[in-house]
Amino acid sequence: MNRKKNWEQILADDRTVSLFVVGLGFACGTLLVLLVGKNPAGMYQAMLQTLTGWDITRKVWNARYIGEWLTASIPLILCGLSMGFAARTGLFNIGAEGQYIVGLTAAQFVALYFPPVPVLHWVAALAAAGLAGALWGGIVGILKARFEVSEVVATIMLNYVAFFLSRWVSMAIPGANTYRTPNFPPTATLASGFLENLTNGSRLNYGLFLALLACLFYWFIIEKTNLGFSLRATGLNKEAARYSGIPVTRSIASSMIIAGMFAGFAGAAVALGSFNYGRVLGGYDNYGFNGIAVALVGNSQAGGILASGLLFGMLASSQPLMQSRQIPKEITLIISGLVVVFISLRAGVKLFLDWRAKKATRTGGRSNDE
Amino acid sequence: MDTYAIEMLEITKSFPGVLANDRITLQVKDNEVHAVLGENGAGKSTLMSILFGLYAADSGTIRVRGKEVRIDDPNHATSLGIGMVHQHFKLVHNYTVTENIILGNEPRTVWGNVGIKKAESDIQALSTQYGLDVDPKAKIESISVGMQQRVEILKILYRKASILIFDEPTAVLTPQEIDELMKIFDRLKAEGKTILLITHKLREIKATADRCTVLRRGKFIGTVEVADTSEGRLAEMMVGRKVSFSVERKPRVPGAVVLEIDNLTVRGSRGHSAVPSVKNLSLYVRKGEILGLAGVDGNGQTELIEAITGLRPIESGKITISGKDIGRATIKARIEAGMGFVPEDRHKHGLVLGFRLDENLVLKTFFAPPYTTSFGVLSRRKIFENATDLIAAFDIRAGEGPATKASSMSGGNQQKAIIAREIDLSPELLIIAQPTRGLDVGAIENIHARIVAERDKGRAVLLISFELDEIFNLCDRIAAISKGEIVGIVENKEADERKIGAMMAGMVLGREGRQG
Repeated sequence: MNRKKNWEQILADDRTVSLFVVGLGFACGTLLVLLVGKNPAGMYQAMLQTLTGWDITRKVWNARYIGEWLTASIPLILCGLSMGFAARTGLFNIGAEGQYIVGLTAAQFVALYFPPVPVLHWVAALAAAGLAGALWGGIVGILKARFEVSEVVATIMLNYVAFFLSRWVSMAIPGANTYRTPNFPPTATLASGFLENLTNGSRLNYGLFLALLACLFYWFIIEKTNLGFSLRATGLNKEAARYSGIPVTRSIASSMIIAGMFAGFAGAAVALGSFNYGRVLGGYDNYGFNGIAVALVGNSQAGGILASGLLFGMLASSQPLMQSRQIPKEITLIISGLVVVFISLRAGVKLFLDWRAKKATRTGGRSNDE
Repeated sequence: MDTYAIEMLEITKSFPGVLANDRITLQVKDNEVHAVLGENGAGKSTLMSILFGLYAADSGTIRVRGKEVRIDDPNHATSLGIGMVHQHFKLVHNYTVTENIILGNEPRTVWGNVGIKKAESDIQALSTQYGLDVDPKAKIESISVGMQQRVEILKILYRKASILIFDEPTAVLTPQEIDELMKIFDRLKAEGKTILLITHKLREIKATADRCTVLRRGKFIGTVEVADTSEGRLAEMMVGRKVSFSVERKPRVPGAVVLEIDNLTVRGSRGHSAVPSVKNLSLYVRKGEILGLAGVDGNGQTELIEAITGLRPIESGKITISGKDIGRATIKARIEAGMGFVPEDRHKHGLVLGFRLDENLVLKTFFAPPYTTSFGVLSRRKIFENATDLIAAFDIRAGEGPATKASSMSGGNQQKAIIAREIDLSPELLIIAQPTRGLDVGAIENIHARIVAERDKGRAVLLISFELDEIFNLCDRIAAISKGEIVGIVENKEADERKIGAMMAGMVLGREGRQG
């Protein structure tokens, strides 16, 4: 009985569950590495090197690894915010990928065609990306709010539209071939000599601050403003929100617009931060889809998304280091996959607990009498 | 010495965190009508579920006709001759009466197919024997609620039950249908059946039961002879203290008209149904009066309220508050025009269960000062202070004060929170639907007093309730609704239960004589 109580308490606190679930994912990953006859120490050494730059076997320190880790985390955090923001309003934004793509494309376009004025150039590119993402999310939001079109279906479809639209627009740019456009002027990029030097020549760029600012913005809107209050009320109980006079349709539309904007910024951070030319996409970058996992593990809280974005970024960027230690890099994918599965299990466990609580009250003789 | 049909001795059943039945003893004599009385949560349903084999008791013994038994599932209960009429009927709507009755127990002909003809005549015979007046060939969807209940009775009689359990059987019936049911009880008793009646309504017990067992908070309080026990005494046993059921209501002269509904038509929930749920309905509510809308569940009350409050679009007609047309206004505009609304379903509409109490208390006002300061930033402090004030003023009990999650509060306190919020908006018009559904007597007293206090302050109140007692206790005027139409509106002084009951059944006043 007492032990059961403890379990319920743990399951009630989202943060501890997330930590527990991540731990469980790592434990399973370790077991798997053992099962294929490798030494899991190599896996953890690779992760340590990613997080601190410290190579424990060769006793050398290289800050570049830290830089690469943070760089990989930027779009994950931004896409996690996109998914999380919609989720707080009760929406499932599976279209962060499409919003990311239109953001990326818009940023590249502005980078190529806007006059190369310092600062203003990348600001304009960033703004264009945010707007494009907001538009892409907004279309879905308005369809959902006005005509009750399922946001899941609409966003999935728009992912394809975004992808092929992006290819078509980018290839139409003079000098573009099937995989790239000409170079941007240097005024367009988010590259930062300072951050590069600090991290020994990594690709770390000003996108880092963009991601941090976005987290702050997310937290402020959701927790501190009356807009956030309406969005959360809509997400938790749409009917009660409507009854209270909260314009639910507007909440839904604005939530999708803001969610799209986050994903659009993610596109800009990749396009302007890690590249100096426009890409003609050959496939999904998958940041948008991974953002779903980031938001799930981060419980759709600003701080949680930041932390889980860094975690998933670490897993991604430690892959080459694992390979060099003869650990199959796929193990990182397995760990992320397991973490997501376990998190979803929590949803199942929650459903089970709710069901049991309901049953307990029913048998207590209450609802039958109503 | 009497023989007992059923004996449940020292039954204990606990659920996580709840001791639902604490050494309860129930002894039902053969061929009597035995009532089980208790408030919501007293443990009546649990006890009956144990008897019916839905739950296993933690300890205690059950004897049926003197023989000790272990009832594992409802089929076992049926084989022992125990049958149950549930509060919510379990019927297939597009099946006929016969098909519903034989479902799961189909008689076979020699050829192996279902012997529907034989079943029909058997059911007809049973129906005549007990005076139930049910047509075995009728489809469930085409017969009245009272008739559906009789189908449920037939269902258990067909399975040769001799002990019949009725779980809150009158909740869905009109007063006339209740009278009918009471007569059916008499006939069942005359035919040698034993009846167990689960209820929280004292009047029904006085009218039909021989003996009554009272439960309170999972405990056995006592078993009494109904003939020797007054209603007041029964109430005291049920609640644990003296209760007054009537609310003091000073006479008051109503003022100007606040809410006026003119020729309102509203379409129902089923989108395709050509029949509107509210038809050409007109009524008005004045300052300082409570207008009660009496009716059996499902006669358009829900649709009417949703139309007034803006949750459902209107088809035609006009709704005005103090002369201002709000028939097609947004919900927010209606709230601003002075409309407060205590909804029927407090979990679906009234509260955001995942929010804290203080957030729920500003659900309709959070967007404006003082709760929102400049640039749309919320003032947590003001929201918290508001909750502290309302908790004190309305005696809302919440474990962690304003920070309590709404989902962890009791039903009565959730309802108090909603009423506090709506009254605090100080609306000109208060619309209250089913304010005391599922609440215990203490909470009901408190809420009734609040509603009358609002009337005395000069507010207009529209009260919708399925409990006629509540309507008679609180209202100045009573409107009866049937099939989406107002059948008549009378002053409370001139109304009695028969009259309102006839109107709820759709009989226009003055035509009563001819109809029945």
